[in-house]
Amino acid sequence: MSELTDLTAAAAAERIRAREIAPAELFEAYRARAAANDLNAYTWVADAPPPDDGSAQAPLAGVPVAVKDLFCTEGVPSQSGSKILEGYRPPYTATVVAKLAQAGAPLLGKTNQDEFAMGSSNENSGFGPVLNPWDRSRVPGGSSGGSAAAVAAGLAPWAIGTDTGGSIRQPAALCGIVGLKPTYGACSRYGMIAFASSLDQAGPLTRDVTDAALILRHTIGRDRHDSTSLEFPGEIALPQAEDLKGIRLGVPEELTGAEGGIEPGVHENYNAIIALAEGLGATVEPCRLEHAPHALSAYYLIAPAEASANLARFDGVRYGLRVDGDADLITMYSRTRNAGFGPEVKRRIMLGTYALSSGYYDAYYGTAQKVRTKIAEDFHTAFERFDFIVTPTSPWTAFELGSKTADPLAMYLNDFMTVPMSLAGIPAISIPSGLSEGLPVGFQLAGPAFSESRLLDAAYALERAIGFDGSEARG
Amino acid sequence: MSPLTPEYEPVIGLEIHVQLSTRTKMFCGCRLSFNDPPNIHTCPTCLGLPGALPVVNARAIHFGIMIGLALGCEIAERSLFHRKNYFYPDLPKGYQISQYDVPLCRGGRLGDVRIHRVHLEEDAAKLNHLGASGRIHGSDRSWVDFNRGGTPLVEIVTEPDLRSPEQAREWPALLRTTLRQLGVSDVNMEEGSLRVDANVSVRPVGSTQLGTKTELKNMNSFRFLERGVRAEISRQIALLERGEPVMQETLHFDPATDTLTPLRSKEEAHDYRYFPEPDLVPVLATEEMLAAARADLPTELPAERAARFETELGLNADTARLFAFRTELGDYFERALAAAGGNGEQREVDPVELSNWIPQLVERIGSDADPAGSNVAPESLATLATMVKAKEVSRDAAREVLTRLVQEGGDPRAIVEREGLGALTAEDDGLGKLIDRALAADPAAVNQVRSGNMKAIGPLVGYVMRETKGRADGGEITRLIRARLGL
Amino acid sequence: MATELSHVLDHIEKIRELDLEGVPPTSHVIDVVNALRADEPEPSLPREVILAAAPERINDGFGVPTPGAA
Repeated sequence: MSELTDLTAAAAAERIRAREIAPAELFEAYRARAAANDLNAYTWVADAPPPDDGSAQAPLAGVPVAVKDLFCTEGVPSQSGSKILEGYRPPYTATVVAKLAQAGAPLLGKTNQDEFAMGSSNENSGFGPVLNPWDRSRVPGGSSGGSAAAVAAGLAPWAIGTDTGGSIRQPAALCGIVGLKPTYGACSRYGMIAFASSLDQAGPLTRDVTDAALILRHTIGRDRHDSTSLEFPGEIALPQAEDLKGIRLGVPEELTGAEGGIEPGVHENYNAIIALAEGLGATVEPCRLEHAPHALSAYYLIAPAEASANLARFDGVRYGLRVDGDADLITMYSRTRNAGFGPEVKRRIMLGTYALSSGYYDAYYGTAQKVRTKIAEDFHTAFERFDFIVTPTSPWTAFELGSKTADPLAMYLNDFMTVPMSLAGIPAISIPSGLSEGLPVGFQLAGPAFSESRLLDAAYALERAIGFDGSEARG
Repeated sequence: MSPLTPEYEPVIGLEIHVQLSTRTKMFCGCRLSFNDPPNIHTCPTCLGLPGALPVVNARAIHFGIMIGLALGCEIAERSLFHRKNYFYPDLPKGYQISQYDVPLCRGGRLGDVRIHRVHLEEDAAKLNHLGASGRIHGSDRSWVDFNRGGTPLVEIVTEPDLRSPEQAREWPALLRTTLRQLGVSDVNMEEGSLRVDANVSVRPVGSTQLGTKTELKNMNSFRFLERGVRAEISRQIALLERGEPVMQETLHFDPATDTLTPLRSKEEAHDYRYFPEPDLVPVLATEEMLAAARADLPTELPAERAARFETELGLNADTARLFAFRTELGDYFERALAAAGGNGEQREVDPVELSNWIPQLVERIGSDADPAGSNVAPESLATLATMVKAKEVSRDAAREVLTRLVQEGGDPRAIVEREGLGALTAEDDGLGKLIDRALAADPAAVNQVRSGNMKAIGPLVGYVMRETKGRADGGEITRLIRARLGL
Repeated sequence: MATELSHVLDHIEKIRELDLEGVPPTSHVIDVVNALRADEPEPSLPREVILAAAPERINDGFGVPTPGAA
């Protein structure tokens, strides 16, 4: 167990700035661990540290970052966890990755993920499942399972992933680390291989809240290549709150009621954190999110619909897998996509196509978009009385590999507490809040659009009080 | 052979695609291509690479609004882009970004035809076929050039207001002139910057219901458009008269044989599963944008010019349209109207008389030529028209003068003097003598005329015209003969 | 696949029981309009780079079976 890889990213940056360690030294320590990992967390690891270009003076001091496979990285495999893009090397780099590199966080490796970000366990990857460092017979969560496992196991100082319905927050919870989904539009989506355009957002997976704030600070900003990105009002402050005095927390009955299907251990932990928060000066009251019970249904209509169109470009014509190019065009299309896509992707493409098809659009996609409006309104109303809404992140702790693959619906239920925030486009963070039967539990805080600085502050205060120790997973 | 039988009338609507002459593509900064080597104007966005995103070209919106204003449309306060989903090799994303139920412009009118809508979208790439003919039939391997993919297109859809093949040829010409004057497109059918498809149906005269319509594609010139539409109308009428129904289908016109064949549908299904484009945000047509578009409109558009020619200058409708639709004719006409007469005086030319001489000029220089480039200065044509109106020269003689002007330029008065083409009038003694001779030479005709058969005057007039070599005006001769005969 | 999909659909169907009369659909969750770009050219990708990824190359372009050919 190397002392170097025990440091948070911020702490490592401090040491680098104090000239106690060199960026190349830190890079190599992580690179070696990443290359040797037994969790299948990575799909590609750098060969060597990047040449020294003065990154020690840059804001992120040369601390390398693990990047989810679906971020395009020029010349480096970017496959979104799919066989249909196996070995694909894009001719350009995603804006968020470029910004991090420019801020002094070079690319350490590409992390494994559920195929096209569709999944909650990382069992849908075309390159094998990722294992949870807390218990290798269990899933790390998904779809950013590789990023979460890498950070939790000390195979990366920090990582970025994407969150569409919970794909950063849920694996963060299952792996005992911090995961943040920013306000929709805060970070550029240019270069992110798309799953659901109106929901996808890039965000950090880190060991603590301070590291998450650091990454966020250097990834936000309007990008002229992304029409849906916006200028973030103000800067991201580094968190420093020591208590929660004056903070009003809302507990949504619809999401946290016992019949919601939440594991008892998770529920217990949740109640304990609520008590802790009150002890820190917060007021906690029930709040209503009337349409939240329908969020999952709306999500599983909107996301697959957008995905069905986003994945139409994978046709074997210009890049990626091509099967039976000597057959007729339609055969080539269908055999390529049949061979290249896994079952969950196919399921969602079919679902999405159905939801958009003539005669069904109004009943399905159209209705889902209206439910979305109501959910956003519910949050808006709630935030008039509360600073943050709080829930457990995941209804259960890490489950065993293979235990939920028989029934897609069982898998979809992983997301019922994270999906509402995605639909409303508001920011939400998951922090590790304890263990239940030896497995990590996550606590979620959600705030209004652009409240990231305050959200991080509140999460920081709680994190201090909780005192979670994740070193066990780093072996 | 007219396809317009007494029982049926054709109902025609047009769908026009116009490539805009912006510098870059609709959703990315790649340059537009002009027969450049394949695939040198591409980027992640127009190639449909994973992770790429579209960004709207502001100038394309500007041009779209200009077109909408020129066509008298309502510009939508807020419009959306939609995805139109289908698979084809020339469509890299597997969907086209277009506009669906919230287009940029609605309503409007140009000349006799109402506009249904105007919207923006991106063009497909170019699919080339290997095979002797280069056509899709007979090839089994093709390849894609993405240079064209992403070019900004404006789609203009008319109401089904056209009622004849001729109108299907003429109205697009008005549209083309209008768009050319706006400066938003090259509108060249041969180069593909203007494409016109027709929707054709027929119905019994007097009916207000619409018959089943077919879609005609691949008509690469206005003449082919007319022929294709005519052929389709005939085909539909023949079907209906045999008691067979018209099937809704897409037909491809072959100008070599004037036949229509059903086109194999390029999309798998006709369900495009439109939904709002989540990668783009709504377009709000602000006051600023509207003002900027208005400022870039020409002061007078062709339809307005035709109306002015007709109501203010008294030209007949067809001539007014001809001069307005062909900008170079209208411009030349107006310069001639404004021209000063000889000796620096401002001589007023009669617009209607002048307008007769433009087609005559066109006949002599070729129908595609611009009169401004000929040897005939506008002032000269104006002078000639004035001389004809003042009977200083006969119509026939003036035609000869025009021929000379086309060959060598110069001043019509000088030519008339040099060639001795001045009009012979009643005051000219020579004319009186010629009339005497004509009457003496054909007493039978004279008797016919005296007994009321006016037609018999023809040969007498002809005799004089021949003898004067056309220098006397036919009408004038007739008048003099009648006067001589006391009629 | 079909069973799994119908099971999912059964759950999703419930959404249709809601009374959503008069509720506008959310097509865009952020309040941004007119994200427009100036009509200025930007460098295109070099042809060799894009063709390097092509599964089949014909004539400096992307080869495919001809649509409609058997």
